[in-house]
Amino acid sequence: MTGRRPTAEIAAAVVLAAAAIAVLPRVLELFALINATVYASMAVLALSLGLVWGFGGILCFGQAAFFGLGGYGYAVAALNVADTTWAVPIALAVPAAAAALLGYVMFYGRISDVYMGVITLTVTLILFNFTNSTAGDQWRIGAAPLGGFNGIPSTPPLNLPGDPGNPLPPERIFAVAVVCLAACYILGKLVLRSRFGRVVVAIRENERRAELLGYDVRRYKLGIFTLGGFMGGLAGLLFANCVFVSPTMFSLFYSGQIIIWVMVGGLGTLAGPIIGAVLLQALTTWAGTLPAVNPSLILGAVLVAAVLALPKGLLPTAAAALRRLRRRDAAP
Amino acid sequence: MTALLSTEELCMYFGGVRAVDRVNLAVAEGELRCLIGPNGAGKSTFFRCLTGQYRPTAGRIRWRGRDITGADSFAIARLGIGIKTQVPSLFEGLTVVESVILAQRRRHGEADARRRAMAVLERLGIAGLAARVVAQLAHGQRQLVELAMVVAPAPDLILLDEPTAGMSVEETGRAATLIRELNRAHALVVVEHDMQFIKAIASTVTVFHQGRVLVEDSVARVLADPRVHDVYLGRSIAMPGTEGG
Ligand SMILES: Nc1ncnc2c1ncn2[C@@H]1O[C@H](COP(=O)(O)OP(=O)(O)OP(=O)(O)O)[C@@H](O)[C@H]1O
Ligand SMILES: [Mg+2]
Repeated sequence: MTGRRPTAEIAAAVVLAAAAIAVLPRVLELFALINATVYASMAVLALSLGLVWGFGGILCFGQAAFFGLGGYGYAVAALNVADTTWAVPIALAVPAAAAALLGYVMFYGRISDVYMGVITLTVTLILFNFTNSTAGDQWRIGAAPLGGFNGIPSTPPLNLPGDPGNPLPPERIFAVAVVCLAACYILGKLVLRSRFGRVVVAIRENERRAELLGYDVRRYKLGIFTLGGFMGGLAGLLFANCVFVSPTMFSLFYSGQIIIWVMVGGLGTLAGPIIGAVLLQALTTWAGTLPAVNPSLILGAVLVAAVLALPKGLLPTAAAALRRLRRRDAAP
Repeated sequence: MTALLSTEELCMYFGGVRAVDRVNLAVAEGELRCLIGPNGAGKSTFFRCLTGQYRPTAGRIRWRGRDITGADSFAIARLGIGIKTQVPSLFEGLTVVESVILAQRRRHGEADARRRAMAVLERLGIAGLAARVVAQLAHGQRQLVELAMVVAPAPDLILLDEPTAGMSVEETGRAATLIRELNRAHALVVVEHDMQFIKAIASTVTVFHQGRVLVEDSVARVLADPRVHDVYLGRSIAMPGTEGG
């Protein structure tokens, strides 16, 4: 498995992304298209945790922190510069730097796995509480009011680089989100195929053995965690371009949901978390339209059912079933 | 001549337990040393200190004369010290060949890395297992895979903690041949309980007892030493060479 070149998967990602960009804006109404953009940003977020947890073996309860930082980073920067292109590097650098700093403290401090979960969760909740308390005019960064509980509603969307008078319409934002999702997937594939990624997986398998073979485990964990923070931030940036940023991005609800997406989709795969995020988002949206049903209740029921019925997640289970079918076909 | 690896008054205490107690031990370049002693004598703990898994309570560890006490595990490994732990420590979800490629810790190209890894597997007689996932292997095979991972980066010193545990008589015989062969290129310290095996790989033997070095001598002399018999008394270990041989 490890020696295989991921060319087929990469080609599939490119084709699917191109198809989505070509077809969906024609068939979906504006509201549905914006929703699809949200799904794409959530898929990027799920992918970020899929990398960190599924391959790095680091259960991060605070992936929402990087999502929120990316969103706020973009919103604040976009309100302060004329050309929103310049907000992009800021929106990506802030969460990546936060992940690097947090990761450095955790991995170089040799903090145990349990405490890592506690620390990442705590950081997220601190950000949640902090952003919630930023109501009022004194809380602003340059031209951007932080808006407390209400968040920052009037975030300017991306424009074509160098063309600040021309904000991208929703179809274009959708295309950007899909391209970002495909790019993150391909980046993930390439990273996992690289020497770095293979060591990361080896560390997940047996940290002590990796150490005894001469790998500085801390560096690899820091690397994958920072990459995850970067991708989580990108998800936040995309989200800020189709909804608006508010403290909810840092909430326990999001942190928990991301974990569920990854678990249901399949830990240890890249496509699994994407599928999990899209399916469960669709399910939640649909459940929201039902009268007198709490969507969280449905989500919880699905999680329990999924864990019981498909302990490995959707994608690995489906792949195994497919392999069995093929073998049966090949046997006679 | 400076020893390859040496310890000076090395101590590792756990509360009141003196697992390793003022051990002075020197391994020369290219040497094959056996380490024996009853259960709980401190052999594994000694290995853990040498490989940076435990920070010694007191004393020094030197590598080619250089003080490496308290260095990180990965840094010690990079110096050229490999260890096969008592309980096999493997990458369960990876294939055998991928494990060995990782163990090489080199940056040369994929094809070259794979070729070298296959060569190591062939040397240990397990090339047929290359594509298997480690978790699916039998116990004796797992021991060999771990050995392959230890040998792959060509360390100057190899520490083997009970390499034949759980092996069949035949596998043990092969392991003895293998260890002698490894000794042509590497220095080794081997922890073993099986005296037959120790005689087969014939070398200097150091006897641990309650964290301390009890005797250090040739195999024949150690086996004839009454003190060694005393510490092993009550144990079911066969002491060949004692029955008039
Ligand atoms: N982490 C630890 N904490 C407390 N005591 C320990 C620890 N590790 C080892 N010991 C104690 O140190 C002593 C030496 O143990 P060690 O495992 O090194 O013995 P050994 O010679 O390898 O024995 P065996 O032949 O059974 O493998 C034992 O009394 C053991 O209980
Ligand atoms: Mg032991």
